[in-house]
Amino acid sequence: MLQTAERGASKSKKAPHKKYLEAFRIMLQTRVFEEKLASLYRGGMITGGVYLGKGQEAVSVACGLFLQKGDVFAPLIRDQAGRSAFGEPLLDVARTYLGSRQGPMRGRDGNIHRGCPKAGQLAMISHLGAMISVVVGKLLAKRMKGEKGFVGLTTIGEGGMQTGATHEGMNIAAVERVPLVVVATNNHYAYSTPNDRQFGCADLVDRAKGYGYEGSSVDGTDLAACLEVISAAVKRARAGRPPQLVVASTLRLAGHGEHDDASYVTDDIRREPFAQDALQRTEQFILEQELMDREALQQMRVEIAAEVDEAVATAQQEDTPVGSEEDWCAISTRELADQIP
Amino acid sequence: MSVTYLEAIREAQTYLLREDKRVFIYGQDIAGKFGGAFKATKGLAEQFPGRVLNTPISEDAMVGTAIGAAMEGMRPIVEMQFADFSSIALNQILNNAGTQYWRTQVPCPITIRLPSGGTKGSGPFHSQSMEGIYSHYPGLVVLTPATVEDAYTMLIDAVAIDDPVIYCEHKYLYYHLKADALPKDRLPIGKARVVRPGRDLSIVTNSAMVHEALAVAQQFSADGIEIEVVDLRSVKPLDTDTVLASVARTGRLLCVGEAFPWGGVTAEVIARVTTEGFHLLDAAPARINAKDTPIPYHPNLWSEHRPNAKTIAAKVRQVLAE
Repeated sequence: MLQTAERGASKSKKAPHKKYLEAFRIMLQTRVFEEKLASLYRGGMITGGVYLGKGQEAVSVACGLFLQKGDVFAPLIRDQAGRSAFGEPLLDVARTYLGSRQGPMRGRDGNIHRGCPKAGQLAMISHLGAMISVVVGKLLAKRMKGEKGFVGLTTIGEGGMQTGATHEGMNIAAVERVPLVVVATNNHYAYSTPNDRQFGCADLVDRAKGYGYEGSSVDGTDLAACLEVISAAVKRARAGRPPQLVVASTLRLAGHGEHDDASYVTDDIRREPFAQDALQRTEQFILEQELMDREALQQMRVEIAAEVDEAVATAQQEDTPVGSEEDWCAISTRELADQIP
Repeated sequence: MSVTYLEAIREAQTYLLREDKRVFIYGQDIAGKFGGAFKATKGLAEQFPGRVLNTPISEDAMVGTAIGAAMEGMRPIVEMQFADFSSIALNQILNNAGTQYWRTQVPCPITIRLPSGGTKGSGPFHSQSMEGIYSHYPGLVVLTPATVEDAYTMLIDAVAIDDPVIYCEHKYLYYHLKADALPKDRLPIGKARVVRPGRDLSIVTNSAMVHEALAVAQQFSADGIEIEVVDLRSVKPLDTDTVLASVARTGRLLCVGEAFPWGGVTAEVIARVTTEGFHLLDAAPARINAKDTPIPYHPNLWSEHRPNAKTIAAKVRQVLAE
């Protein structure tokens, strides 16, 4: 995969992938935005957790970038980049984290549990693997309705790969032969637990064969490789190939959440190739290959900072929900709501 | 012509598949010539190609798939082979289906059919009544039809509801209950029914226990004691008004349920009556449920584990004696 990047680089000032710079901008925006969220969290401005995708921006952005209108995306907690690439406005994120009643979740759910199912982005629940079969159902229904050319993509981690729901969901996708891409990012820590207490197989991508999937691996710190491998998987699924499993390798460069200092991450693992910072690596490549100059990069940072500040400032000015004004009805059929005395 | 409770469920599904293109049925062993462990879908796969689909043994993924399809505009019916196995899908039902509308404002119209309740010889894992568990969680409608007519109309109504519905069909009633014909009228979901009027005591119950209660009421009637029997029909929402009106007439309340005793439907009914209608009671309310053990296999044990005509009658006497 690295070869692809090098090939692109050898042709001076030509990006290794046509979406390379677009992807980089989203990665940078994600990093700046997430740093802002972390800072708000430390300042006590965010209630609940803050979960960052630091280190996983390359693989995540590639997950969102090749999906189209009519596709289904079920992201997980480290997919800010993918969500943005799929079209989620930054304001939705700021509103959800800051509890604005104008956000997509209106204070009923927070942080990464947001979504806009009508736009194709499902709102994850915390139980890992649960969203896989939901994507299958969306795809099955689209096929029943006669839609064509759609694809579904969902993400999971090496920890989430070990749940029963993941197994059931991955299998049922193959049984239904729906156009699904599962992108599993092995960031080497499921909360605090390293790989050796998470799975016993040599490589998670080996499971692809067992499920009847086509499998591919990618260096999650290499943006060009992520773009190439994930776009190819999306393309194959869209073309009617079996479901696709992509396993990416990274290191989570933050705690599980911002409450977690990740002191359990060993020095040895920090020296591994997969521990590189995908964003830094991309930026360095861009400068070395003169895809952008420092001035343009700085300009991009300024623009992004303004976008982030505007989203946060807007959300901060909005009303938060009020218990006495809340509609405490969990079902849509109001006349069937149980009247608890 | 006569129709069994099971046939009514099959007929309701036939009607739904015929009338509503959005409906499909998803479950284990339900397609092909086999037509389901209880034959509730027999013949439907042939009649409606591509809309009665066998699934792998993956209760979690079955429900997850149904959730996704429902959010995409379909009206899936999931058949659990036995209610007991829906425990595998609890996460999808409670945390995904049950929270979906509240969180995203996108309705999740799935109907999950649970072949529920005990039959002799079925043992701990093929006999459970889970309506209490599902009712405890927000976001679900929970139905327990006790008659052939309700089995038919409530399933059709369930699929029309824009929210997740847990439809608990009782396995004992599948073959034991017959009606002359499919019903023309229906009582709306959410309304309880007074199935036998009385004046001395109200038995509030649901599902198969309605028939045990009616048998007991019949016995007492010979002695001049008139028991009113209320069939809840819908556990959630619970028709508190009809229950209170019954207790207002009789002054005495016995709740009967086939589920385990801790918490549950009978406890909820008593809680509501004592908080809302304490002044209506002439005696302390009572309840009788299954015993607090796993459901036994042997018929001699099973028949003592669940409430039966004898134990219900004993409770009736106790409440009347107060």
